[in-house]
Amino acid sequence: MAGPATRGLLATALPLIGKRIASGMLTLLLVSLVVFFIAQLLPGDAAQEMLGQAATADAVAALREKFGLDRPAPERYVRWLVGMVTGDPGYSLVANMAVSDVIAARLPNSLLLAALSALVSVPVALTIGILSAMHRDARLDRGLNVATLSMVALPEFLVATLAVLVFSVQLRWLPSIALIPPDASPWLILRSLAMPILTLSVIVIAQMARMTRAAIIQQLSQPYVEMALLKGIKPARVVLTHVLPNAIGPIVNAMALSLSYLLGGAIIVETIFNYPGLASLMVNAVTSRDMPLLQACAMIFCTAYLLLVLIADTVAILANPRLRNR
Amino acid sequence: MTNAIRSWVKALSGSGLIGLALVVFWLLIAIIGPFLAPYDPGAFVAHDVFASFTGAHLLGSDYLGRDVLSRLLSGARYSVGLALAAALLASTAGIALALLTAVSPRWLDEGVSRFMDTLISIPSKIFSLVLVAVVGSSLPLLLLVASITYMPGSFRIARSLAVNLAQMDYVQVARCRGEGAAYIAIREILPNMIHPMLADFGLRFVFIVLLLSGLSFLGLGVQPPDADLGSLVRENISGLGEAAPAILMPAIAIATLTVGVNLLIDALPGRGRRMAGKE
Repeated sequence: MAGPATRGLLATALPLIGKRIASGMLTLLLVSLVVFFIAQLLPGDAAQEMLGQAATADAVAALREKFGLDRPAPERYVRWLVGMVTGDPGYSLVANMAVSDVIAARLPNSLLLAALSALVSVPVALTIGILSAMHRDARLDRGLNVATLSMVALPEFLVATLAVLVFSVQLRWLPSIALIPPDASPWLILRSLAMPILTLSVIVIAQMARMTRAAIIQQLSQPYVEMALLKGIKPARVVLTHVLPNAIGPIVNAMALSLSYLLGGAIIVETIFNYPGLASLMVNAVTSRDMPLLQACAMIFCTAYLLLVLIADTVAILANPRLRNR
Repeated sequence: MTNAIRSWVKALSGSGLIGLALVVFWLLIAIIGPFLAPYDPGAFVAHDVFASFTGAHLLGSDYLGRDVLSRLLSGARYSVGLALAAALLASTAGIALALLTAVSPRWLDEGVSRFMDTLISIPSKIFSLVLVAVVGSSLPLLLLVASITYMPGSFRIARSLAVNLAQMDYVQVARCRGEGAAYIAIREILPNMIHPMLADFGLRFVFIVLLLSGLSFLGLGVQPPDADLGSLVRENISGLGEAAPAILMPAIAIATLTVGVNLLIDALPGRGRRMAGKE
């Protein structure tokens, strides 16, 4: 590949990407303000909560001082933010451990589940989306449309309960709880994760396939596609070699948005299958009103979401042919 | 009027008709369901728990021996009613704010838009979990949490419509006539964004049904003795191993409601088609 072209691409793309990163950081900062502000609305504070109603005023005041709860809100916000950035998001009052330790135990599990689900859902969704777009308004497309349209509206717990009924109650193939012993073999891990992955994938695939279809159909109406078809190139080839590279920006965008849905969907799925991930940890934090833990979890999910959007934007910028030719 | 409705129904596709039928069915159930219930939803009427379909209990019995059909009929009222109210609140607030920003000075528009973009970049389930942790989950607060969670999305769509409409010739004419900002927003812009916003309202409704039933399923939504469809799934989760109708039926009920609305919106002409989807 020609060196100058690559350098030109970088020169035009880098400022754009830098802008996106800056805007993402700003959004993240604003999100942290919102999360912190909402947590402040909780009546009473952590010290009171921890010691209970019977605590003496002195004991509460002492604990407040220990956690810095007696400081004004802006100061606490800055401290919390600095703590989040430097990897010390506070102390979980319910688990009686540092929040970072609690999260460190759960985060790899969540990432594994999300990565495996993405690995399953992306190829399937691409295939469905491309097939659908190529057979636009034919019977196959209409069938797939109704199917994906219904799938996006399914509650996760219906998919999960049906999966349990079929695969572990009727067929007895898979365990209904995703507990992984520490020394499990990869095969055992896959077996216990199969149903959570299946449930998450069903919902994400539908969403992704619909957006892929839309992106490709938008390209199919372009003059260059008609030209290629008139030249006698086979439709499948036109889609794979001409349309797909042009649609890559919107498709990656669709993937990122759908994968970010894995974050929200995981909340229900992890709970149903008793999977020790970050999302079920967050649900526990809500139930026990463990605000430091809850705030940290919320920030991790928001960061992950913004990161996905940033990746999608970057790919879209790099894949933009107008930018490439400049 | 009836003719207009008839021709509108005729224009729907097959899947659109199915959607319409499901939506009408669930709206009816939400209104008259509790009167159709064969038993008191709170009464222990069956001899065994997690019974299957029988003549006396059409949808079986739940984990305490209560009649599943009766509980489902009263649960549907919570699911449909709460979500309808929350979606209405979210859409109305979103449209009102969008109209306000469309006719207000630039700094206000940018400030509000930036704030809404921030809220949108918090995944909706995460946002509502944080809210529920703080305010709790009584029925009015759940309604508020759901509408706050989905209002920014509605604002974003309403704003992009309103900003485009504000550039139209007839709005410029009204401005030259010397009409006030309120007149322009309500009489000139609002009527032209009602149709797309109705489709958006349907989508918000689907999201909110899924959100509220999800929260109830986690035990963070509607609290006992009240129960929506999500709570019914949660309380009967131990019947999963026996494939009890008590757990399947409420889950299927939610699915038919949300799928129905989605199919109907997709069949609407124009904008609705492109927007159907999740979040």
